[in-house]
Amino acid sequence: MKRKIGFLIFLSLFLLILSCGGNQNKTKDGKVKLVFYYPVNVGGPVAKIVEKLTKDFNEENPDIEVEAVYTGNYDDTVTKIQTAAQGGNPPDLFVSLATQRFTMASSGMAMPLDELIKEDGEEGKKYIDDFLEGFMEDSYVDGKIYSIPFQRSTMVLYYNKDIFKEVGLDPEKAPETWEELVEIAGKIANDKRKGVGIALNSGSAQWAFTGFALQNSIDGKNLMSEDGKKVFFNTPENVEALQFWIDLQKKYKVMAEGIVQWTDLPSQFLAEEVAMIYHTTGNLSNIAKNSKFNYGVAFLPAHKRKGAPTGGGNFYISSGISPEKQKAAWKFIKYLTTAERAAQWSVDTGYVATRKSAFETDIVKNYYKERPQAKVAYEQLQFAKPELTTYNAAEIWRILNDNIQSAITGEKTAKEALDNAQKEAAEVLKDFN
Amino acid sequence: MDTKLKRKLKENITGFLLLLPSLIFMVGFTVLPVFKSFYLSFTKYTLGMKKPLWSGFSNYISLFKSEIFWKVMYNTIFFSVITVVPCMVLGLTLAFLVNRKSKSVSILRTVYFYPVVMPMIAVASIWMFIYMGKNGLLDQWLSALGMKPLNVLSNKNTVLPFMAIMYVWKESGYLMIFFLAGLQGISEDLFESARIDGAGFWVMLKNITLPLLKPTMIFVSTIALTNCFKLVDHIVIMTEGAPNNGSTLLLYYIYQQGFTNFNYGRSSALTVIMLFLLLFVSLPRFFRQDKKAFYN
Repeated sequence: MKRKIGFLIFLSLFLLILSCGGNQNKTKDGKVKLVFYYPVNVGGPVAKIVEKLTKDFNEENPDIEVEAVYTGNYDDTVTKIQTAAQGGNPPDLFVSLATQRFTMASSGMAMPLDELIKEDGEEGKKYIDDFLEGFMEDSYVDGKIYSIPFQRSTMVLYYNKDIFKEVGLDPEKAPETWEELVEIAGKIANDKRKGVGIALNSGSAQWAFTGFALQNSIDGKNLMSEDGKKVFFNTPENVEALQFWIDLQKKYKVMAEGIVQWTDLPSQFLAEEVAMIYHTTGNLSNIAKNSKFNYGVAFLPAHKRKGAPTGGGNFYISSGISPEKQKAAWKFIKYLTTAERAAQWSVDTGYVATRKSAFETDIVKNYYKERPQAKVAYEQLQFAKPELTTYNAAEIWRILNDNIQSAITGEKTAKEALDNAQKEAAEVLKDFN
Repeated sequence: MDTKLKRKLKENITGFLLLLPSLIFMVGFTVLPVFKSFYLSFTKYTLGMKKPLWSGFSNYISLFKSEIFWKVMYNTIFFSVITVVPCMVLGLTLAFLVNRKSKSVSILRTVYFYPVVMPMIAVASIWMFIYMGKNGLLDQWLSALGMKPLNVLSNKNTVLPFMAIMYVWKESGYLMIFFLAGLQGISEDLFESARIDGAGFWVMLKNITLPLLKPTMIFVSTIALTNCFKLVDHIVIMTEGAPNNGSTLLLYYIYQQGFTNFNYGRSSALTVIMLFLLLFVSLPRFFRQDKKAFYN
């Protein structure tokens, strides 16, 4: 009997110990071990490419061992980083949305990189200056650099040249303004197909809306202040922009009614059910590979001015890791963002290369020769601005998305929806002002 | 200590020790978190705060004032109303079907039980192919019939009913198992003597089967209700609560507040509300109706 009881106690203790995992982040055999979390948000073999780059890095740097951990999409990744941090076991570096930087900084999850850049001296300054301004713009929090551009994208207009030809339009001339968009889409739309498609599901609407707001703003004002503490949702211009979406559906009847999912849109385009779509440049390889028709890529149609939102993920280094690890993580980031690798990354994935020097490489030059459509995103960047980025970005996104959807489904007018969004967002941002 | 108590303790100690491993996990992963949520629900605790800050009832007050919270509560209750009864009716019907003595029964059982063993995520992905706007099976059928595509997941009036259809399809097979067990527990003698007395199917159903199934009914209705309160995965896959929170249910809202907005205080307050809701729907069943039921 006693032995049985002893055994049971032993067994329960054993199970208890099993259930508490140990911290695996210690240096083993003298190597600096880094854990790197990365999300994948577009089609294509992104995960494989990241694994390969990590393996190459480990081979070239015998004193460092980076373990790349795939963590789902952007939302999942933030959740995993947060959970890991709460458990006292955060990753050493990670890729997360550029829009997360205020949250990462205010929560103390990521560290400013200025010291590391400064330690590199002249090289460091040259390195930072080499990033495209359109992307580097959303790396700062209160004047400090918190993130390094990595898998960056912007929204472009894909259009079906064959359908343009079929209805008697010039296939080389995509709509350049909102008026032309309505006119051209009107010629295309019939019972079987729609003229234009924009994804308005949660997580997508706010991105496209940034573009429309920029195109309709008088002085290029974005949806939020640069310090991420204020939003400007209910300006008359933005109400007009949202009304234009509603009109595309209800008045001109050139866009499918209701909410189309981000991931459905490319397949509808490929099935020739919609002739023009607003989508990420990250989808270029998918469309190039799978389209059975001639496709074109163009700037987003302008209104008062040209405008497009940038988006995508940046590198961050976790705060609170040892200086030794910081240096190793910094080395890894620099390794993955050399001109050649940024260029190759762009060719392999469809993301826009983040550094100016990448566009001087033969890799990009040859690629643009072979696929001129890829160049559009790069050229459009000079008109692009960061997507909606604030403190508590996820919550603010949700607020704007929900209210946009309420206008699209006709529960509220465009003005009521954006007034409401403004009110709710101000309530959330109250703590930061 | 008198000897009787000592003896009793000695007898029971083995039992408690056998329970110990599960008890440790139960306390660690269920009981403690419940108390922690209760405490956190009275604090302000968001991403980046080192420690939760006591804030009294402010989480509850802000929730009760928020439009979205009431919308979510309405959705949750509406969803449970439109799923629980159909699930039970269908589950019972399926149980009758597979309870017969026939050769095809084992195939039928497999077919009806199959949705149950599939993970919700997989089910949601499959039904996405049906519900997807324009390219989905449903919209394709509608346009083949010359009707307008519905894009059911993006319309606030259709999204919950159509999700309910999917859920009933998945859940009723699960409830079938309990009903089947209940049916097989009823003694064949009763039916036999009823048959001799000339009772038909409906009479037997009303006077024998249903009354004797009452304990099963109570159990199943509780399971069905609590299960549909705990639904979250399909929303993540199919709608993310769209359009304008038209398909946001309570648990998804908790998840969103906790793991997207990182507002642990509010998410804990919601958890406590859910806990009380679940107690409210399940306790009376066990304490009151349970006594009225007849066990044979």
